[in-house]
Amino acid sequence: MATSVLSRQLSENAALIERHWRELNDRRRLYTALGLAVLTLTLFASLWFANDSNAGKFVDRLPHFFDFVGDLAPRDPMEIARALFDLPSPYDDGSFKYNYPDGRLYITDSLYVPEYFHKMLETVNIAIFSTMVGAFFGFILCFLAPRNLMPNRWVRGPVRRLMEILRAFPEVVIAGFFLTILSLGPIPAIAAVSIHTIGALGKLFFEVVENVDMKPEEGLRAVGGNWIERVWFSIVPQVLPNFTSYFLLRLEINVRASAIIGAVGGGGIGELLRLSIGQGHQAKTVAIVLLLFATVFAVDQFSAWLRRRLVGEQAFQLSQ
Amino acid sequence: MIASTKPSALEMEAIASRHAHLLQSSSKKGLKPMLIGVGLVVYLVFSWWFFSIAHVLANANWGIAGTYLADWVSYEIRPEIAIAPDGTMTVSYQRNSPLGKNPDPEWVMLDKQEVTRAVESPAATVQAPKPKASSSFSFMAPNAALGGGDHATDHRQTAAATRTEAIVTRAVVTYDRATRIEVADKLVTTTHAGETLTMKVDGADKVTPQGTLPRWATQKRLGEKVTLSFGFTGWAEIEGNEVSIRNRFFGWANFLFDTNSPFFGKSYGEVAFLILSGDRIDPTRSNLSLALNNILYNAEWQHLDVWTKLLQTIVMAFVGTLFASFIAFPLCFLAARSITPSRVTNQLVKRFFDFLRSVDMFIWALFFTRAFGPGPLAGISAIFFTDTGTLGKLYSEALENIDDKQREGVKSVGAPPIAVQRFGVLPQVLPVFASQALYFWESNIRSATIIGAVGAGGIGLKLWEAIRTNSDWENVAYMVLLILMVVFVFDSISNACRSRLIGRSGH
Repeated sequence: MATSVLSRQLSENAALIERHWRELNDRRRLYTALGLAVLTLTLFASLWFANDSNAGKFVDRLPHFFDFVGDLAPRDPMEIARALFDLPSPYDDGSFKYNYPDGRLYITDSLYVPEYFHKMLETVNIAIFSTMVGAFFGFILCFLAPRNLMPNRWVRGPVRRLMEILRAFPEVVIAGFFLTILSLGPIPAIAAVSIHTIGALGKLFFEVVENVDMKPEEGLRAVGGNWIERVWFSIVPQVLPNFTSYFLLRLEINVRASAIIGAVGGGGIGELLRLSIGQGHQAKTVAIVLLLFATVFAVDQFSAWLRRRLVGEQAFQLSQ
Repeated sequence: MIASTKPSALEMEAIASRHAHLLQSSSKKGLKPMLIGVGLVVYLVFSWWFFSIAHVLANANWGIAGTYLADWVSYEIRPEIAIAPDGTMTVSYQRNSPLGKNPDPEWVMLDKQEVTRAVESPAATVQAPKPKASSSFSFMAPNAALGGGDHATDHRQTAAATRTEAIVTRAVVTYDRATRIEVADKLVTTTHAGETLTMKVDGADKVTPQGTLPRWATQKRLGEKVTLSFGFTGWAEIEGNEVSIRNRFFGWANFLFDTNSPFFGKSYGEVAFLILSGDRIDPTRSNLSLALNNILYNAEWQHLDVWTKLLQTIVMAFVGTLFASFIAFPLCFLAARSITPSRVTNQLVKRFFDFLRSVDMFIWALFFTRAFGPGPLAGISAIFFTDTGTLGKLYSEALENIDDKQREGVKSVGAPPIAVQRFGVLPQVLPVFASQALYFWESNIRSATIIGAVGAGGIGLKLWEAIRTNSDWENVAYMVLLILMVVFVFDSISNACRSRLIGRSGH
C-alpha cells in the first residue's frame, strides 16, 4: 500500500508543486543556517572583544566568579541583625567594619532609627517623589502628543521627540550635572529619576489616550466645550485608572532606579551598599541587600495588588 | 417620522427638582478626591522638608549651571592680559588652549614694542624702550614671541646683561560687533550694548571705574575687581593687574584634529587637498592614514576610545541578553505549570527567577566588578543574571498562555514528549521569546550605561569621569549624543524586528 503511494507517478502540476516546496524548504534551511552562523560569529567576536578589553581575563578570574558568596558570609549570622538594627557588635575593634551603632539617627534620647532603614526610607521617598513629579509633567505632556487630541503635527511631533529624548537621556548625566550644581544629597537623584520618568510615563500615558473612546469628547465638542474642558471632562475620567496603574508600575521601577542612582553619588541606600561591597563588610552588605530585597518585594506586591484592583489583568503586560 | 421621546428642557427641570437626591452625588464620593488631594499636599510638604529642598535650592550654585550648560555646545578662549605697574602688558592664554601653542586670534589686536632690559645687575638702569613697528601686523613676524610663558627671548649678541622682551602697549579685544574691550595706558575701556565704561587700573590691586557702572558690570566693593558679563558671548574680569577675557565661541573646538596634529587649523579644503595630492607630511605613511590616525587619537575628544566603550556597552547588552535567553529557555519549561506538572519544581524554578530579578542588576554589577575587575565581563555577568530571571519569568508566563490544541494534536498521533514540545509548543512561543529577548537587548543598552558608572564596563564609566572633572562638558555632550543615537537606532531595529516576529506569529 505504502509503496504504491510513494511510487505513484505525479502529474506535471503536482511535480511542480513538489519542486517549489523543496526549493522553499531548502531556502529556509539555508537562511536558518546562515542566521545561526552569523549569530555564533558575532557572539564569539563579542566575547573575545569583551574579554580583551576587561581588566581581568575571563579564564584567570573564573575561579573568583562566586567570590560574591564570600562577600555575603559574615563571621556570625547574628551580625546581620546587628548591622540591620545598629546594635553594638561583640567583634567591635574600632574599624568601620563593625561600627554599627555609629549610624543611628536619634529621634528622642533613647529611640533611634537604624541607619539603613533611614537611608532606605530616603531611597523610597526619592522614588515616590520623583514618580509624582514625573507623572505630573507626563500628564500635561501626554495630551499634546496623541493624534486624536492634537491634530496639529507641529505640536505633536516635537512633544513626542521631547519625550523620547527625556526617556533615553542617560540618568547618570543628569545626576552628575545636578551633583555639581547642588551639593551631595538626594536632589540630584530626584532630578535624574524625575526627568526620565516624564519621558517614560508620558509615552505610556499618550498611548492610553490615543486608544480612548472619542464619543464623550464629541459630545462635549457638540455643546461647545473648549479644548481643556473636553480633555478634562471626557478623556481624563476614562484614562485615570490606566494612568494610576502605570504610575504604580513606574514606582516599582523607580525604587530600583533611585537605589542605583544613589550608588553614583545621589544619597540613599545605594551609596552605602557600594561602599560596603567595595570594602568587604559582609554583614553590612547582607543587611542592605536583604533590606533592599524586602523593600522592592513589598513595593512590587503592593503595586501589583493595587493595579489588579484598578484595571484588572490588563495591568500585567510587558512595559518599560 | 420620528417622534422624539426626549422630554423638553422644562420637563427635565421638573423631574430634576422632584428627585433631587438622584442627581446629587453622594458626599462620600465627593470626599474621596478631596482626601487624595489633601494627602498629596501633605506628602509634598513633608518631602519639601525631608529633602530640605528649599535649603538646597537656595544654596545651589546657579551661576555655574549656566556656564556648564553653555560648555556643552561651546568653548571659551581665555586670554589673560597682565598689566605691570608701568602700564606695559603681556598676554598669555590658558594651557591647552583650543587655539594651539601660539594663539594669535584675529579678535585680539595687540600693539607691540620690544624693550631691552638689563637683567644681570639689578642696579642697572632700564634701557630706553626701542620702538618697533607698532602695527598689529608686526607680531605676525615668525620670530615674534608671544603667548604662554615664552615671552622672553635672549639676545645673545648683546651679552648676558640685557634681554629683549616683547611687551604690549595696547590691546583691543573684540567679542562681537557691539562688545569690545580696549586696554591701554592703565585704562580699560569697555563698550557693550551702546554703553561705554572706562576703568582705571593701577597695575597692582585697585580698579577705579569712571562714572556709574552699567547694568552688565558689577563691583562688590570699591577698588575690588569688576566683573563684566556679556551674556553668551562671554565675560571679563578686570583686576588691578590683570584683565581676564573669557570669549565664548559656539561649537566644539578641534573636533577632528587636536592642536598637535599637522592638520590642525587647516580648512576642510586644505585637508582634502593634502590627503588627495599633497606631499607626505610623515614620510612613513600616507597623509590619509595620518589624518585618520590623528582623528582617532585626538587627545581632546578620544574618538576611538569613546567608540570602543560604546561598542562595549552594546556588546555587554547583546551577550548578556543572549546568554540569559539561552539559560532561561530550558528553565522556563520547568517553571511553566502547563508543561511540567510538578508543583514543587514549578515553584522552585519560579522563586529562583524571582531571586535573580530582585537582587537587581546593579547589585550583581557591584559583585562581579569585584570578581572580574572593572570591564565589560562584569557588566555581561550582571545583565546575564538579572535577565535570566526576568526573561525566565516572562517566558514561563508565555508558555502558560499557549493554545493547548496543537499540543494535543501532536500528542494524539503518538509523538514522544520531546516531539510534542518541539512541534506543539515551540512554534507558538518562539516568536514571543525572540521578541522579548530583542526588547531586553535594547532596554539593556540603556541600563548598561548606568551600571557602567559603578565600574561594570562600557561608556558609563567614561561618561561619569567626564562629568566629574567639571570641565569636559562638551565631551559629555558628545557621548550623550552618541548614546541617544545608538538607543534610537536599536529601538527602531528592535521595533521593526518585533513587529515582524509578532505579526507573523498572529496565527
